[in-house]
Amino acid sequence: MSDYNFAYLDEQTKRMIRRAILKGLAIPGYQVPFASREMPMPYGWGTGGVQVSAAALTPDDTLKVIDQGADDTTNAVSIRKFFERTAGVATTEETEKASIIQTRHRIPEATLREDQIIVYQVPIPEPLRFLEPRETETRKMHALEEYGLMHVKLYEDISQHGSIATSYAYPVKVEGRYVMDPSPIPKFDNPKMEMAAIQLFGAGREQRIYAVPPYTKVVSLDFEDYPFEATKADHACDLCAAEDSYLDEVIMDDAGGRMFVCSDTDYCRARREAGHVGRLGSDAPLTTGPEAA
Amino acid sequence: MYVAVKGGERAIDNAHAWLAEERRGDTSVAELSLAQIREQLKLAVNRVMAEGSLYDPDLAALAIKQSRGDLIEAIFLMRAYRTTLPRFGTSQPVETADMACDRRVSATFKDVPGGQVLGPTFDYTHRLLDFKLAAEGELPEAPSGTPRREPTPHVTSFLRGEDIIEDQPASDATPKDITREPMSFPADRTTRLQTLTRGDEGFILGMAYSTQRGYARNHAFVGELRIGSVAVEMDIPELGFAIEIGEVELTECETVNQFKGSKTEPPQFTRGYGLVFGQTERKAIAMALVDRALRWRELGEDDVGAAAQDEEFVLSHCDNIQATGFLEHIKLPHYVDFQSELELVRKLRREAEAARVAAQQAREAAE
Repeated sequence: MSDYNFAYLDEQTKRMIRRAILKGLAIPGYQVPFASREMPMPYGWGTGGVQVSAAALTPDDTLKVIDQGADDTTNAVSIRKFFERTAGVATTEETEKASIIQTRHRIPEATLREDQIIVYQVPIPEPLRFLEPRETETRKMHALEEYGLMHVKLYEDISQHGSIATSYAYPVKVEGRYVMDPSPIPKFDNPKMEMAAIQLFGAGREQRIYAVPPYTKVVSLDFEDYPFEATKADHACDLCAAEDSYLDEVIMDDAGGRMFVCSDTDYCRARREAGHVGRLGSDAPLTTGPEAA
Repeated sequence: MYVAVKGGERAIDNAHAWLAEERRGDTSVAELSLAQIREQLKLAVNRVMAEGSLYDPDLAALAIKQSRGDLIEAIFLMRAYRTTLPRFGTSQPVETADMACDRRVSATFKDVPGGQVLGPTFDYTHRLLDFKLAAEGELPEAPSGTPRREPTPHVTSFLRGEDIIEDQPASDATPKDITREPMSFPADRTTRLQTLTRGDEGFILGMAYSTQRGYARNHAFVGELRIGSVAVEMDIPELGFAIEIGEVELTECETVNQFKGSKTEPPQFTRGYGLVFGQTERKAIAMALVDRALRWRELGEDDVGAAAQDEEFVLSHCDNIQATGFLEHIKLPHYVDFQSELELVRKLRREAEAARVAAQQAREAAE
């Protein structure tokens, strides 16, 4: 292994983080302040998620790390390597086999189970931040359940643009109480947040942890006459033909050629292995890594 | 091609190898030693220790070397190392009145007990490039005097004797520790000072400058600026008394600020305070000005809405490790979010176009 404590952080720090996690689970959607540590990766790279994962990991866990839905994006590789080195835990790219999944910007397509934990990396945990920059004010608004400002914002979107102009980090109300930022996942993923797995959110720079316990009600904010809509590109995956997965649009050439592929690389791989073939046929490359480029 | 962003382990390893080569530069040029950095780039070492919140000149020199002279990167290396260190205790408060001063100036009095000592300052150098330094050469020895042995009293203590400057009684209360407790607002002064002393020099400088230019002006005089070494003492429970465990170099700045009085306070001089590791006087002076500006509430002054008075604004944005991390993270892949924005903008454009066409048809039908 290494000279570091298991999963890098010392036990006292992990205990402090676990307390914050437990408090977060007890008050779903409430942002718990915690004394975030400086990590050996920069703020903005997932230091909150890494600290939460470090506090949740046990030696028997199997860890999966994704960024943009993919296991092979550089930062996902880097964080996975970090835990391989400091915790020596098993890692996997298969959603099925993981007991802890750390993610940035996506929820996997496969339905998560009760014995799984998903850890989100969060840049700005405060859903009201861009309506009110002051923490002193937003904490008060949460305490008083004063969310009128958010509804006014959504209403103004509709009156100006004809629909709610938020496509990711779409605010949700948790168990009828706290308005919560689901982290910058596309709103396509919002309905998945009512799930069997434990959802933990870590914001390192902003020193906040929050959580959604299994089977908690998570409602995307909307209006009766303008209901929430989970949207994605109106295509099927060009590699695996999936019509139900969130797609990345990849520019192929400078003549407008493009392909649509599953952002969840593991989901796409499993489907192709099961024999599903997309528009680009079975000859399409199986990876989108540098070897394929 | 775009998909290359989905780089694997190999891309990362290669990038690191290239970085190491670039860091070394032309191998026909001698490599820098840590001792050279520590001795000859001392002010950079000081800044890295101050903003890295860790007093260790050798490690700071290593961090500067490793970061290729990018001081914010070096500060980051220090901070990340610092969090892994065990805490085995807390020192006694350092006694800056007992400082062995290398430099000590007061702008408020022509002369003061303990004397004015210019010390090794750039202040009166003419900023002309010294081409002799480009060639290696012997340095003539600087004249030396006998160091002062007795304590050097603080200038503000003389004003205090006349009761014309605000009192700041000593306190034995344990200050908050910003590395162990999340920041909350309103913040007390210990929290503010800790945050300012490790805050980015450029940010604190800009904030302080803004107060001088009228955004919450508090007209500061440098009552005293002193730079030197102080002993660090620690209580050892097994011994039952405090022993000296080392020395640190500090820069301390106390400003004396004009104050016409408020509803709660009589007319008197007020104070701003700066204390920073190493010889870092620009930072210490700036810190004192910002500290004073942030004290408007406790002195019963008006909030004029200036940035430097706004503790949430100042304290939340002065840390360069937080700032640079969040700023630079936008270069990481965001294509999932961007994809959802693409679809939204396309949808809004389709709807706007449809509305325009419909309006046009209605107009034509009416004509």
